[in-house]
Amino acid sequence: MSILQQLRPVRQLRRHAATLAFLVCSGSAALAAPARVSDIGPEPQLAGTLAAISQGDFTKALQQVDALIAAFPNFRLAYLIRGDLLLAQTKPLTSFGEGGKNELAKVADLHDEAVARLRALQEKPQGTALQRYLLQMEKEQKFAIVIDTRKSRLYLYKNDAGTPRFVADYYVTQGKLGAAKTAEGDKRTPIGVYHVTSSLSRKTLGDFYGSGAYPINYPNEWDRRMGRKDHGIWLHGTPSNTYSRPPKASDGCVVLANLDLDAIAGDLQIGLTPVIISDSIEWLSHDDWQAERSALLAMIDSWREDWESRDIGKYASHYSGQFLADGINTQQWIEQKRKVNASKNWIKVDVRNISMFRNPGKEEYVVVTFEQDYKSNNLSNATKKRQYWAKEDGHWKIIYEGTL
Amino acid sequence: MSPSRLSLRHILAVTFVAASLAAPAYADSLQDASKLLKQGQNKQALEQVDSYLAGRPKDASGRFLRGVILTEMNRTSEAIGIFIKLTEDYPDLPEPYNNLAVIYAQQKQYDKAKSALEAAIRTHPSYATAHENLGDIYARMASQAYDKALQLDSSNKTAQTKLSMIHDLMTVSSRGTEKPVSPPVVVAVAPVPAPAPISKPISPPPAVVAMAPTPTPAPVAAKPVEPIVKPKPEPAPASTASNDQDEVARTLSAWADAWSRKNASAYLSYYASDFKTPGGVSRSAWAEERKKRVTKPGAINVTIEGARVTPEGDKVVVRFRQHYKSASLSSSANKTLLMIRQNGQWKILQERIGG
Repeated sequence: MSILQQLRPVRQLRRHAATLAFLVCSGSAALAAPARVSDIGPEPQLAGTLAAISQGDFTKALQQVDALIAAFPNFRLAYLIRGDLLLAQTKPLTSFGEGGKNELAKVADLHDEAVARLRALQEKPQGTALQRYLLQMEKEQKFAIVIDTRKSRLYLYKNDAGTPRFVADYYVTQGKLGAAKTAEGDKRTPIGVYHVTSSLSRKTLGDFYGSGAYPINYPNEWDRRMGRKDHGIWLHGTPSNTYSRPPKASDGCVVLANLDLDAIAGDLQIGLTPVIISDSIEWLSHDDWQAERSALLAMIDSWREDWESRDIGKYASHYSGQFLADGINTQQWIEQKRKVNASKNWIKVDVRNISMFRNPGKEEYVVVTFEQDYKSNNLSNATKKRQYWAKEDGHWKIIYEGTL
Repeated sequence: MSPSRLSLRHILAVTFVAASLAAPAYADSLQDASKLLKQGQNKQALEQVDSYLAGRPKDASGRFLRGVILTEMNRTSEAIGIFIKLTEDYPDLPEPYNNLAVIYAQQKQYDKAKSALEAAIRTHPSYATAHENLGDIYARMASQAYDKALQLDSSNKTAQTKLSMIHDLMTVSSRGTEKPVSPPVVVAVAPVPAPAPISKPISPPPAVVAMAPTPTPAPVAAKPVEPIVKPKPEPAPASTASNDQDEVARTLSAWADAWSRKNASAYLSYYASDFKTPGGVSRSAWAEERKKRVTKPGAINVTIEGARVTPEGDKVVVRFRQHYKSASLSSSANKTLLMIRQNGQWKILQERIGG
C-alpha cells in the first residue's frame, strides 16, 4: 500500500468519489454486471475506475483510468476523470470535472456521456425478453439494429432462425436536440423503422465521419405521410481527434466510435439490415412476441387469400381510407384493382421471406417486406414488395404498398 | 482554465554532517562551491566541486552539489545521471529523488517525476518538500488531462515555470551509517506524529534542519551536542509547566491563525529575534521569502493537530502535525518548533519539518 493512500489524499479521494457517485445509481450494481464476450467497450473499465475511487484506492483508480486511456485513445471522458483524480491529490474537489470550470458545457457533455455509459452497463439486455420492434426477420437478414436514443445506445441483434438474439451494444451520439425529427435542420434524430440504403467509404468522406457512413432511408413512407422533412441521416463514425462524441451532438445522424462502427460494419447489409430508432425500447415476453407476430402474419395471409379470391370487397377491407402510394389514393387503388380483376379467371399469390418491423412509440405501424410471386391466367411476375400496415380502430390496415 | 501557480521546490546541497565533522576542510571547499553557485558562478562552482570530488569521488554531498550545478548549467542529462546514481547508492536519501523529479518535471515527464517523488516519500514519509512537489506534479498532470478532456489549447499557458534548484541536502532525519530501525509508518491520517527514527548517528547531528537553501554551518564543536529531538517520544509531563503549556498552545494557534489570515507581519512576529533561519540565511532574506510565501494569492489554511509540548530547560519543544492547504497544495507534515520566552511572549527559535 502506497504511503500516498495513508496520507491526506484519502480523505479527498473519498470526497471526490462522492462527487462521482451520482454517476452510478449503485456502484455495486455496475460491478455486478456480468462480463461477457461483447464487453468490448470502455464501460467495464470505466465502472472499475469509479469503483476504485469509491473505495478510496487512488493508485488503483489511476491505473484503471490510465489503462482506459491506453485502450481507447482520445477518450476525453477518461482524461477528465484522470484530471479529477490527480487534482484531488492537491485539493478537495466539489464537482465532477472540477478542473474544467471554464468549460462547463463540455464538462456537462462528458458527465452525460459517463451517465449514459454506466447506465448501459447496468441495464444490459438480460434474459429472454424480446424487443417488440423486431417482429420478424427474414432469413437473408443476418443482423438487425435497434437504437435507444433515450439511453444513447445501439443494440445489435443476430437473426437466429427467425428469433433475434442480442449480440452487443454500443454507445451512440444522437442529434443535438434529441430525437423525433420532423423538419429540415431541426438537429434531431428520426424515430422510426429504417433500412441501411448504402455504404460510403472512408476515402470519400472527410475525417469528420471517421471510419465510414451508412445512410438510412429517412424519411420513410410514414415520415412523408406525416410531412416530415430532411435528408442525409446516416450512421457514421467519429473524427480522429476523439474517441467518442457527447450523447447529443450531431445534426441528426447516429454517431458511433470508429472501433464500434468497424465492429458492426461487416454485419450491415445494404438494403436489408433494419435500423430501428426508438426513444424507448419496449420489451415483450417470448409468448407475447409470438402472439403479436402470429396475428400480423395471419393478417398478411388473409390479405393474400382475399386478393386470390378476386372478391374486391374482401380485398378492399384490408386497405385504409388513408392509403396513399405514388399519388394513388384508396379509391383509385381499389378501382384499378377492380379493372384488373375483371380480366382474370384466376390469381395465385405467393408471399415469401416476410420481415416485419414495428414502429417504436405511439404511432402504430408495421413495415412489412416480402417477396411476392404473382401468377394469373394472363400475367405472372415476381416482385419485392413493401407495405406499411397501420392500426386503425384496433385493426391493421394497409396505408402504403409499393415495389422495391 | 488557469493552472495553479506551480513552482517546484528544490533542495540545495548540504554537507553531510559526518563528512563535515570528519573533514572540515573538504566541507569548506564544498561550501565554497555552494556559494559560487549561488552567486551564479556556475563554472567556478563546478571546478570547485570537481576538485573536491577528485580526492573523494564517492562523496555523496559533492556528487549531489555537482548534480545541482549541472542542472543550473542546463547539462540536464548529466545531472540526471548523477542523481540516478545517487538514488542507487543511497536509496534512503530523499533529496536526489526530489531533484530528479524537478528535472523530469521541467521536461514535462510528469509520470517519471511522480515516481521519483513517491520514492522520496517512501524514504521519508513526512518529507514536506517532496509532498509539496508531488502536489505540484499532480496539479500539472491534472491540467494536462483536463486539456485533453476538454480540448483546450494549452500551448499559450504552459510557459515554463522557473525552477530554482535547491542546493542543500537537508538532514531530514537520521543520516549516517545506520539505517532507521524501521521506516516510520504513518497510519492513515492519524494525528499522532510519526516517531522520530531512533537511529544513532556516529556523531550527534546538529539539530538544525534547514527549511530552505544554503548549507548548514558545520558545527565547530567536537563535543557532542545534545540533540534536540529526543529519541523517545514521551508524553509531556503534566507538571509545573502546565501554565507554559497553555500559553504555548495559544501562541501556536495564534501563529497558525496569522498564517491562515495571510498577515505576514503578525506571522513573523511569532519568530524570535535570534530565530535560527534555515540554513543560516540572513534574517531579512528569510523574512522576505516567508512574506512572499505567506501573502501569495489564494486562500491559505493552516491547522495544527496533536501538539505536544516538552520543556527543554528555558525552552520548549513543540511537536505537532501541521495541515497546510492553499490553492495549489495540500500537505500534512510533522513539525517541530523550538520556542523560547522573550519579553513574556513565546517565540519560535527554530522551526523544522519532521519530528
